[in-house]
Amino acid sequence: MNFLDLIWIIPLFPAAGFAINGLFGKRLPKSVVAVIACGAVLLSFIFAVGAVSQLAHLDSAHRSHTVNVYEWINAGDVHTKSGEIARFSISWGFLLDPLSSIMVLVVTGIGFLIHVYSFGYMHEEDGFYRFFAYLNLFMFSMLTLILGSNYVMMFIGWEGVGLCSYLLIGYYFLKKSAGDAAKKAFVVNRVGDWGLSIGIMLIFVTFGSLEYTKVGEAVREGAAAGLFNVGDSLFVLIAIALFIGATGKSAQIPLFVWLPDAMEGPTPVSALIHAATMVTAGVYMVARSNWIFQMAPQAMGVVAVIGVLTALFAASIAIVQNDIKRVLAYSTVSQLGYMFLALGVGSFSAGVFHLMTHAFFKALLFLGSGSVIHAMHHEQDMRKMGALSKKIPITFMTMFIGTLAIAGTPGLAGFFSKDEILWQSFSSPHGHLVLWILGVTVAGMTAFYMFRMLFMTFFGESHVDHHTEQHIHESPKSMTIPLMVLAVGSIVAGWVGIPAWLGGSNMIEHWLEPVFEPIPVAAAAAAARVVHYSEGVEAGIAAVSVAVALIGFYIAFSTYYRKSDRAERVSAQFKGLYTALSNKWYVDEIYDALFVNRAKDLGTGLWSFDGAVVDGVVNGAASGTVQSAVGSSWWDRWIVDGLVRFVGGFLRTMSSLTRLLQTGYAQNYALVMILGVLVLIGYVLWGN
Amino acid sequence: MVATYHYLFLGAALFTIGVIGVLTRRNIMVILMSIELMMNAVNINLIAFSDHLQHVTGQIFAIFVITVAAAEAAVGLGIVIAMFKNKETMNINEIDLMKW
Repeated sequence: MNFLDLIWIIPLFPAAGFAINGLFGKRLPKSVVAVIACGAVLLSFIFAVGAVSQLAHLDSAHRSHTVNVYEWINAGDVHTKSGEIARFSISWGFLLDPLSSIMVLVVTGIGFLIHVYSFGYMHEEDGFYRFFAYLNLFMFSMLTLILGSNYVMMFIGWEGVGLCSYLLIGYYFLKKSAGDAAKKAFVVNRVGDWGLSIGIMLIFVTFGSLEYTKVGEAVREGAAAGLFNVGDSLFVLIAIALFIGATGKSAQIPLFVWLPDAMEGPTPVSALIHAATMVTAGVYMVARSNWIFQMAPQAMGVVAVIGVLTALFAASIAIVQNDIKRVLAYSTVSQLGYMFLALGVGSFSAGVFHLMTHAFFKALLFLGSGSVIHAMHHEQDMRKMGALSKKIPITFMTMFIGTLAIAGTPGLAGFFSKDEILWQSFSSPHGHLVLWILGVTVAGMTAFYMFRMLFMTFFGESHVDHHTEQHIHESPKSMTIPLMVLAVGSIVAGWVGIPAWLGGSNMIEHWLEPVFEPIPVAAAAAAARVVHYSEGVEAGIAAVSVAVALIGFYIAFSTYYRKSDRAERVSAQFKGLYTALSNKWYVDEIYDALFVNRAKDLGTGLWSFDGAVVDGVVNGAASGTVQSAVGSSWWDRWIVDGLVRFVGGFLRTMSSLTRLLQTGYAQNYALVMILGVLVLIGYVLWGN
Repeated sequence: MVATYHYLFLGAALFTIGVIGVLTRRNIMVILMSIELMMNAVNINLIAFSDHLQHVTGQIFAIFVITVAAAEAAVGLGIVIAMFKNKETMNINEIDLMKW
């Protein structure tokens, strides 16, 4: 079977699952709904594995396979910016290359595990079929996003995952906070999507195509022919526009505010959409457009700075959160910041590598937290947990592995990818010492807040209330098995990127090389800043980050594992800082004051304008009509009718006089007649 | 010798009596009779002039008038009987149907 030519079918399995469950799910038993949904994703996964393994058998120069199903949009000829005429033609096409192959395996693989987990987790919930229908719709959108062969396909997927994110955050739509969070996610993402759409339009008017391969070639050839220079404002503009899109979807400063609130959705959703897959779409998009970013070093600087600041900022908030899912949410924002740091320093493969490892351990941690919440009867506050390690051992063990992985324990997945990022931020020509220092600080903070979460949840004294305590139970197999699989993944996923100084071959970097091939002029422009470090320096850099992580671990250990009042003492000592942190640096409040309330003011203003002026015109026209009708009726009643009645009345009055002549007595008439005759006789006799 | 103008005076007197009767009396039968007087006054005039002019036309005309008077009396009495049946009165003052 030639899976490579069948990649177009991969997104269709979940689409079919969505159609079946969405249309008939209400009448199907839960197990059938779950089997359809999970089966659809499993089929996608099988086809994805088949296609990727066939792709791997091609030699590296030809590892790019496009399947155009049909020409979808043909909008005729358009003048591009350079004056050439280009055909605006969008095909319903799919592209499998090393980058999308990693994405498709992560999305379908982890997506499948989370689908299985959801069967156990959502079993008691209302609208079970609705959940799986949305989840399948999400898989369809996400697969379209990553497999599409052009920016329009990506945009469809991009909007589709945004819709599913909205639907699933608002899954418990009877809860006001869930509805609000869903709206917030949608609106904030619109801001980013605005940037993305601007970027896509600019790409078309510049290069005359939206196919990745053609745009990539156009940039390379243009750069080689000297048409484009490194740092052209056009490239900076496109790159920044695309990056605005990425900040929305991937929750970077300034548009990260929706992601923590998105935790209102069911936990598997948080794991799938808001940790492992959808939020990495921005990373994928930037990596996919790497030729543009390579030509715009200024934009890369922005990406790196925003990335590292987001990492730092989110990690600082995560330190004081007490809601287990919010810790993980801010951790996700922080880790996404790492990925953008990697992209920004020009190490696209490190960003994608971290994307992949992060997908494993963050999905694991979210599903683990879901298992804890499940056991605790929907209690999410870590202050009401504690000492759970014995009661839910599988959850504990798997989450422990996930925590080790994200904290950067040598040998586990997070270590290799995070280390690669930190090394690149230090050594890359686009890197900087400050970026590295901030990155390492975040590594320490990550270790701290993750172990804080682990200790507060699983160790120490139990703060669980008596009633819940008796019902704590390990989750069913459908939930624990995905946890165990992901735990294994969290350990081994990093092994594909073991760097050379540890005796590895960094397979993933070589795998991605054809996609991220440096543009010669861009590389030449940066060549002056390239410094060659020995492997010892690289090892030293890794040792520093491990040491910093250990410090973070030790602080967490001594504060939260041993009985200690240090947490209270420190928070009392830095009360202002603590309050600011637990209020998330007041970002929501600031945004409310700056944008949300201003938008509401604008709305109120427009509403009053509408009420006063627009309605005023309408009401004025109406009352004017009424007034003129009153006048007209007065005229009609008094002048027109008056004339008629005057004539009538006049005649009646006059005739009342003359009718007196008509007595009705024949004798009177006879008398008059005789008088008349006498007058005539008189006239005849004496008239002349 | 009875001259023509004597007849004419008689006719005029008779006609005037008829007119006064028609105008003043209230009984409808008397009014009809007064009308007969007026007609016969006219007949006297016709006969008088026939004699005066030695021409027969006046006499023939008089016979016509008598015929018409008979017909008129028949119609008039018919109307009076019908009216009496309806109104049970002979007083002309109570009959004013011609008023508006």
